[in-house]
Amino acid sequence: MTLNSPLLEIKNLQVSIDDNEILKKLNLRINKGEIHAIMGPNGSGKSTFSKVLAGHPAYSVLNGDILFKGSSILDLDPEERSHLGIFLAFQYPIEIPGVSNEDFLRLAYNSKQKFYNKPELDPIEFLTIINEKLNFVNMSPLFLSRNVNEGFSGGEKKRNEILQMILLDSELSILDETDSGLDIDALKIISNGINKFMNPEKSIILITHYQRLLDYIKPDYVHVMQAGKIIKTGSAELAKELESKGYEWLKV
Amino acid sequence: MVNQSNKVLNKNITKLVNQTYQYGFSTSIEKDIIQKGLNENTIRLISQKKKEPKFLLEFRLKAFKKWKQMAEPEWPYLKFPQIDYQDIIYYSAPKAQKKLKDLNEVDPELLQTFEKLGISLTEQKRLANVAIDAVFDSVSIATTFQDELSKYGIIFSSISEAVNDYSELIQKYLGSVVPIGDNYFSALNSAVFTDGSFCYIPQDTICPLDLSTYFRINDQKSGQFERTLIIAEKNSQVNYLEGCTAPQYDTNQLHAAVVELVALENANIKYSTVQNWYSGNEVGKGGVYNFVTKRGLCVGSNSKISWTQVETGSSITWKYPSCLLVGDDTQGEFYSVALTNNYQQADTGTKMIHIGKNSRSRIISKGISAGKSKNTYRGLVSVTNKALGARNYSQCDSLLIGNLSNANTFPFISVQNSTTKIEHEASTSKIGEEQIFYFLQRGICLEKAVELMISGFCREIFTKLPLEFAAEADKLLTLKLEGSVG
Repeated sequence: MTLNSPLLEIKNLQVSIDDNEILKKLNLRINKGEIHAIMGPNGSGKSTFSKVLAGHPAYSVLNGDILFKGSSILDLDPEERSHLGIFLAFQYPIEIPGVSNEDFLRLAYNSKQKFYNKPELDPIEFLTIINEKLNFVNMSPLFLSRNVNEGFSGGEKKRNEILQMILLDSELSILDETDSGLDIDALKIISNGINKFMNPEKSIILITHYQRLLDYIKPDYVHVMQAGKIIKTGSAELAKELESKGYEWLKV
Repeated sequence: MVNQSNKVLNKNITKLVNQTYQYGFSTSIEKDIIQKGLNENTIRLISQKKKEPKFLLEFRLKAFKKWKQMAEPEWPYLKFPQIDYQDIIYYSAPKAQKKLKDLNEVDPELLQTFEKLGISLTEQKRLANVAIDAVFDSVSIATTFQDELSKYGIIFSSISEAVNDYSELIQKYLGSVVPIGDNYFSALNSAVFTDGSFCYIPQDTICPLDLSTYFRINDQKSGQFERTLIIAEKNSQVNYLEGCTAPQYDTNQLHAAVVELVALENANIKYSTVQNWYSGNEVGKGGVYNFVTKRGLCVGSNSKISWTQVETGSSITWKYPSCLLVGDDTQGEFYSVALTNNYQQADTGTKMIHIGKNSRSRIISKGISAGKSKNTYRGLVSVTNKALGARNYSQCDSLLIGNLSNANTFPFISVQNSTTKIEHEASTSKIGEEQIFYFLQRGICLEKAVELMISGFCREIFTKLPLEFAAEADKLLTLKLEGSVG
């Protein structure tokens, strides 16, 4: 990666699923240290966009390119993209019965360690690391022994996503409606965790419907997505304007 | 949207679960074979070759007569071509028949075979944890630790030897739990069984080692008819481990074993199996037909029999390790993991027959179906009018991988008194595409993801296995489901 190239660059991205074109010539540049919010009405392609970045196999990229740290990642498997530093906090975190959160987190952590030829941690070594990260999101160590997301409340699931983001320390994190379904206390905890995590070496994409998340996490840019492309980009002020005027206001 | 994602991920899973059988090889060793086909002469010849006492020949002939009057059961949820019982070799033994005291005397090629299977007897002997009665085709070729066990008065030998050396015990107990005419395959086994293991744990004795047998089918057309008999006297305890692998062949191989367990007052028998017979290739060709009758008799009060099985092999599995809870306060347990892939079919489960007062039973069954396989749990919990205060808990969970596999549960419950408590729980789940994607997004590869989910699903059963077996079982399931991805 050259010094000037952005962390993520999306060029004319066209994506379809089952022959329906969802993303239509999408363009976006994200530099290190930036927080971008993507807003937009339901069905505008926001979740598709996040899954395509993570390499979900259901979507076909018809045209365009996704450059991460200067090179195309279109041919990379989801796990490779993850190792390279792309993290997706799911809108609906998946329950995995029979697999403890602790095992899952350790395996995820060790997979990345292994990828970078770093030593893998045994369960005891790992416990020291994960206990420290739990504090970031006010989670009790009891979460570790429970099965991944099984029986978690909506807020617990979202906190678990942020815990994983912090643990894997990815450079680019895409948070897909992480704020939805959260009460105000949980929203504060999560925002707090995200702010502590953020630094000039990292970038975050926040996909959200609501201005209120942006009260806690200050975006550098706000994009409005509609019908598969970004139709307007502005500063944090844009989100406030949307909050009062709705999306209709932007329609041509 | 879901459809396309299914296609892609299923392709990956299919690739992953279609790993070829690693134990597919055969050893060329000089053999002593009786021509294929089954009639009274075959049976007389087997008996003669094995220098058996008269009572056993009579036992065999009676069984053969019974078998001829019976028909293969039609109720299992299994489909397979007609078996030609006249096209099977009923006796084949490696030629070096003299008694071997030392492993050095064993045919080196044979030892190599064991090593390929990962159970070097030499190593086992040194590690000294497990006594192994290795059955190669039909005849025991090496029995270790007999001397040590005999210090405790424990008998652990091949059943062929026991027939002559302990004929009274054999005469008393053989066929006492699984009668000759119990079913088609037990009748066949009773007529033609060639070898197996015999264990006798005397009164007030806790067996100091886990006893273990490694079965192996080696000859292309030789059916295997193992016969195992374990007797635990009053206040005794034993753990028995059985593991199987078989080489890869194109033609089907018939396996019809009978295992009988007898637990007297306060005795405790724990019988664990890891089964990995050749299961046929990815288009369903070949594989072992496994028709097994396993039954334990808790005859003495307060006795306990526990079956644990991990079934991963065979193209056809027909197997219902059962407990007859005759004594008061007896306990029966059945813990099972059955994994089927490709075109494998398994119809397996248990029977718990409650006769004694306050008898208790527990059934935990985990079925995993991948590929185009069929996996069926079939169970019977029967409580007679005498079994006052009986209790049963059953749990049957099925896990589906892919869209073409099949899982069924047929629990039968019959209760004839009003003081009994029965609980039954069942669940079916699927390893979903979105679950896999979640793992992948966190940097965990497909193999690890499936491995983690499977071992999570089976954890309850694995904790019931002896430690060394649990590791083996985990490895085996991983082997069966892990593969060529990445």
